[in-house]
Amino acid sequence: MRLLKLIPDNTNIGFVRIRHIAFAVTLLLTIAAVAIVGIRGLNMGVDFVGGVSIEEKFATTPHLDEVRSTVNRLGLGEATLQQLGGKNTVTIRMPLPESNDPGAVDQMVERVKTELASKFPGATFSNYSTVSGKVSDELIRNGVLAVVLAIVGIAIFSWLRYEWQFGVSTAVAILHDVLMTLGFFALTWMVFDLNIVAAVLTIIGYSINDKMVIDDRIRENMRKYRKMGMAELIDLSVNETLPRTVMTSLTILLALGSLLLFGGHVLRSFTAAMMLGVIVGTYSSIYVSSSLLITLGLKPGPREEKSSVASNAERVGPREG
Amino acid sequence: MLDFPRWKVLTISAFLAIMVLLAVPSFVPKTVRDTWPSWVPKPAINLGLDLAGGSYLLLEADTKDVAQSRLEQMREQVRSEMRRDPRVEVGDISIQGGKLSFMVRDPAKVDAAREKLLPLTTGVGTTGQRDWEIAVVDSTRFVLTPTGAGVNQAIETAMNDAREVVDRRINALGTLEPTVVREGSNRIVVQVPGLQDPTALKNLLGKTAKLAFHLVDTNANPADLARGIAPAGSIVLPYSETGSPIAVQRTAMITGDMLVNASQSYDPQSGAPGVTLQLDGAGSRRFAKVTQENSGKPFAIVVDNVVISAPRINEPILGGSAVINGGFTVESANQLAIALRSGKLPVALKVVQESTVSPELGADSIKAGITASVIAIVAVIAFMVLTYGRFGIYATFAVTLNVLVILAVMGMLTATLTLPGIAGFVLTIGTAVDANVLINERIREERRRGRSVTQSVELGYKEASRTIFEANVTHAIAGVIMLILGSGPVRGFAVVLLIGIASSVFTAVVFTRMLVSLWIRRNRPSEIHI
Repeated sequence: MRLLKLIPDNTNIGFVRIRHIAFAVTLLLTIAAVAIVGIRGLNMGVDFVGGVSIEEKFATTPHLDEVRSTVNRLGLGEATLQQLGGKNTVTIRMPLPESNDPGAVDQMVERVKTELASKFPGATFSNYSTVSGKVSDELIRNGVLAVVLAIVGIAIFSWLRYEWQFGVSTAVAILHDVLMTLGFFALTWMVFDLNIVAAVLTIIGYSINDKMVIDDRIRENMRKYRKMGMAELIDLSVNETLPRTVMTSLTILLALGSLLLFGGHVLRSFTAAMMLGVIVGTYSSIYVSSSLLITLGLKPGPREEKSSVASNAERVGPREG
Repeated sequence: MLDFPRWKVLTISAFLAIMVLLAVPSFVPKTVRDTWPSWVPKPAINLGLDLAGGSYLLLEADTKDVAQSRLEQMREQVRSEMRRDPRVEVGDISIQGGKLSFMVRDPAKVDAAREKLLPLTTGVGTTGQRDWEIAVVDSTRFVLTPTGAGVNQAIETAMNDAREVVDRRINALGTLEPTVVREGSNRIVVQVPGLQDPTALKNLLGKTAKLAFHLVDTNANPADLARGIAPAGSIVLPYSETGSPIAVQRTAMITGDMLVNASQSYDPQSGAPGVTLQLDGAGSRRFAKVTQENSGKPFAIVVDNVVISAPRINEPILGGSAVINGGFTVESANQLAIALRSGKLPVALKVVQESTVSPELGADSIKAGITASVIAIVAVIAFMVLTYGRFGIYATFAVTLNVLVILAVMGMLTATLTLPGIAGFVLTIGTAVDANVLINERIREERRRGRSVTQSVELGYKEASRTIFEANVTHAIAGVIMLILGSGPVRGFAVVLLIGIASSVFTAVVFTRMLVSLWIRRNRPSEIHI
């Protein structure tokens, strides 16, 4: 049986050569992502801004404007609507009632439910949630803290295990992944809620997985080929691990793809975020974290050899062997 | 590599076999599981509310309340302690700025007062710190300051009691299977699967259910009452039946502590719903005495500082039971009875977060999750077998076992599977492959370098194991942070992720290595297709 080979043997793509262009593109994209988040903001779910979120399932696809005006006529505050999945499900988000009476939220939900049921026959509610402002502040704080701590923790691990350059380049790459994901959410206006924070943390986890594999190989090759130039060494390492990178990314994308298609609307944005993260994470492993090592001045072998001319003769080729 | 001793093979196989057996209950519906004999272990995964449908409430206690009531309690204790022989005359007892202060009238008795105060404080923890700090200023004024440790301990106790009260109240509602757990220092999470309308539950949990009987102060001037001013020794409370304020004596004649039971009942004459209260021995005697002495006067039944009803005492009440009638519906009477029966909440709780998911949506999500998982597994298997041949089949065994191990461990931890948990699950399937990919790619590389089959396999596992370790440790760092800082969905995801990391390393590295070495030992292949 002939086995499938996604990446032919002896693949030798010159990744590092175009790193300056890649840096520029990456930098521009990252700035764009930050700018979009800054200008548009994120479509925060009730988890983070506090409020009431009601999910209503309609018999047929409703006109959003009609639903909006129906809800707004109740005078309970400005409603934000979003169609989900099969278009028949609409999330209605509203601010918390100002009254301190604990029953006020129930009354509000009740009024919206009855009003919609009478205006749109066959409409049923499928879930609702309320988050108070105080809790939501805490959730934001913990979410941000979790992301920052994860980056710092991983960078420290990387630094202790390897040279400091690995720690820095990994942290920068992960930050890049996170910013790109945020930019994606600002751009698509998908709801950003607590689930998405979990997704972002997973992206960090996955991305770091990817980088560790390549970093580990770079490290190994640095010991093996003491005189090789850094750019060449990184190219070699990335190429050597390329079959694995492609295989793993593909299987994960397959798994996530099935979740995206069949996983129902509740998980859609969650899955989309992770898929994006896998792609961005794989890219940043090569063009941010690995290539950055050169910029940071990492050199193979002991320090006194830093001026030695890297010669190809030293390369006892694993490829040729 | 090749010397995989028999005991190792047996241990690994036995371990995995047990895990597979432990995973079985999670696939069996609960109704079937319940018919199994009780000695059969049946660890099963809980479905989170987003999958099972139901209500989630996050309750928060106002910890300032605890501190305040502790100060008030101390004030009463100081009052009664100083009155006992040898009496110490004190005055100007006041609570201000979170401190209690009072003055000893006779400066010679400061030491005596201190003697009396000391037993009122207790040590906290192991540091020898006490729960109150006693200081004397201007030689006659005592200032009692609650210490941080003391307050924390009081909050801790109050929250534990509150959790129990909440548990009792929900259980009294009927056939629900609630989980009530404390979260953080001042929160309680309540999850009730299947509950669609949490309104009644919230009403029930919102009641402190502090019960007290007070005599009504009939001397109050209606004009003063309207302005909220009560005669000396009395306080003004709202009266739920009429909506207007009413004055009652400050000191309660009976308090909720003397209550032994409360039940919903009907008034024999009017048939209106009410609540029957049953008092304990001391309470009954006290009640009999007070009702004898105050015949003809009204007394107020106060719940959570609201007068529920204020009947006139027609004759002494001797049996220790009293009936509250105050415009109840059957439901509200029942709620009050439950609240009173389950005891007073030591601290008021407020709902700060809630969500309700309909069972239909939950069922849809489960179906979608299972479909996605199955497709993911099939796709991954096909991909692996096509790429790595025999080694891909081994990897497939590993991934399948990995799934079962995760289910078994989650069942044993009675972990809750939530929707993000399913996503974590699917992702784990994807990443579980990674370890095998790393190993197989390494073996390929070593083969290309011209090493022998055995050597390649051996080196492949050795080199890849190091990388797998590095990668998984960092992945686990992210998981642990999620577990510590996360709440709700983030946590559920993190649990699955961490279990998945551990079990994928075991199945992908140890288990496949065993399969490969057994195969090589038996067949001594000179060439491998990988």
